[in-house]
Amino acid sequence: MEKILVGLKRVVDYNVRVRVKSDGSGVETDGVKMSINPFDEIALEEALRIRERGDASEVVVVSMGTADAQQQLRTGLAMGADRAILVDTPANVDSLSRARILLKLVERESTDLVLLGKQAIDDDNSQVGQMLAALWNRPQATFASALEFSGDTATVTREVDSGLEVVEIDLPGVITVDLRLNEPRYVKLPDIMKAKKKPLETISMDELGIEAAPAAEETSFEPPAEREKGIMVDDVPALVAALKDKGLV
Amino acid sequence: MANVLLIAEHDGTTLNPSTAKSVSCATEIEGSEIHVAVFAAAAASVASEAARLDSVAKVITIEDEAHAYPQAAFIAPQAAELAAGYDYVLAPSTTFGKDLLPRVAALLGVNQVSDIMSVEAPRSFKRPIYAGNAIVSVSVPEGSTIVATVRTASYRAVDMTNDAPVESASLTAAIPGHTRFIELKTAESDRPDLQTAARVVSGGRALASSENFELIYKLADTIGAGVGASRAAVDAGYVANDMQVGQTGKIIAPDLYIAIGISGAIQHLTGIKDAGTIVAINKDEEAPIFEVADIGLVGDLFTIVPELTAALSS
Repeated sequence: MEKILVGLKRVVDYNVRVRVKSDGSGVETDGVKMSINPFDEIALEEALRIRERGDASEVVVVSMGTADAQQQLRTGLAMGADRAILVDTPANVDSLSRARILLKLVERESTDLVLLGKQAIDDDNSQVGQMLAALWNRPQATFASALEFSGDTATVTREVDSGLEVVEIDLPGVITVDLRLNEPRYVKLPDIMKAKKKPLETISMDELGIEAAPAAEETSFEPPAEREKGIMVDDVPALVAALKDKGLV
Repeated sequence: MANVLLIAEHDGTTLNPSTAKSVSCATEIEGSEIHVAVFAAAAASVASEAARLDSVAKVITIEDEAHAYPQAAFIAPQAAELAAGYDYVLAPSTTFGKDLLPRVAALLGVNQVSDIMSVEAPRSFKRPIYAGNAIVSVSVPEGSTIVATVRTASYRAVDMTNDAPVESASLTAAIPGHTRFIELKTAESDRPDLQTAARVVSGGRALASSENFELIYKLADTIGAGVGASRAAVDAGYVANDMQVGQTGKIIAPDLYIAIGISGAIQHLTGIKDAGTIVAINKDEEAPIFEVADIGLVGDLFTIVPELTAALSS
């Protein structure tokens, strides 16, 4: 195939323990470490491996968000992507708009494969890949843990609740990736220097002819319900007694 | 009145319990009339089960050979066609619903609300974000179909004392040929299903091998429990992926959850927050799992678990 498009979302780093602001207006993101959504990083790693074994000629990374997302795109370029596109949108633009933007880019770039993370770890939505496939009227293979390509078809192993499902899809298509597909490479310093010279283009939603879709308004945020403080027991007999006390065994 | 179309999850013969839990969510919508759609190659047995779900007004069957193994690309265009006249389209937030429903939403030209944990008002819902570290209230604008997945761990299954009518629908939306189901590999097990078991025993990285996971199976079998695992244990290859509990695995709500050798990363904890009682056994007293445990025991699992199994089997 020629071209692979990979989505990179800028999210709060997965190691950060997110806290709700005391006034309930959002979550605390000031001064918090931001990273590429870990699932998207796996998608990029897979795209790079496909290109490195000669099955694709170019890997383009895309992020939708504010100018801050350039950092994540530069990281993607340092990992090995050939060029980057930042689509200037509000930071939390809705999933349907994201899918519409990706479709415009897919058409503009004549893309054969779109690789995305199966979900972003901030909103945990798991929507954009499926929506893109619908609008594009092309196949989707979500939650992928193994991929094989043969000509214009991909055989995808999907992690589903009942086990592993294998499907075959005709390309072009959308694949969203799960955690066990690969382990992303570490970025080396010389690669970071090289990445600074790679092309990074910024496009507005206007230029793509897209208006944000109506989306659910986030009206308030709250911390999750706290569980009551538990007890510590010293040994197995005490544990069994505690379980019997609660009528659980 | 609010017309609700709920897309049933099933394996071709049996209704998945996630459907009965999603009905429970639909009953929270004021004035809801709930229709359950069964997409299948042969829908009769699943439809008769769905017809017994309390609060369901009608079961609609859509039969096509293509639906022998549920594929989002096949069901979505037909579900979008069927959705005309409905105010809500729902599916469980399982891998089935997560795969399917955004495709339906996009075909309807609307956004989707994922993982509803409660219905606050007809167009307002609560849902978890950041692996459950925050709960957001969302309000869907007027004038569009509400498409949403249901976080099944937040709901109890409705009872099955109903006898709703079953109707078949014929749809015109074409089923595409670009996707082919090859196979489903499932680990055969006589143990209770992880997602619906009243008791679950889970093991983590500290088990150190798949052989040692026998300790977990023995304890689980002694108390009739399902078996789960942390992501670390699955990544290490000790057990299969379908046993993973957490943000990217299964979100479960058993009455009793026993976490053994699991440190308790936030991504794991989000999968068990709705458990009735959490028991943690871990040698590290600082492990975050103890922050959420109702009963904690610090010590070596390789001595504690056999002792516990013996104590509970006598």
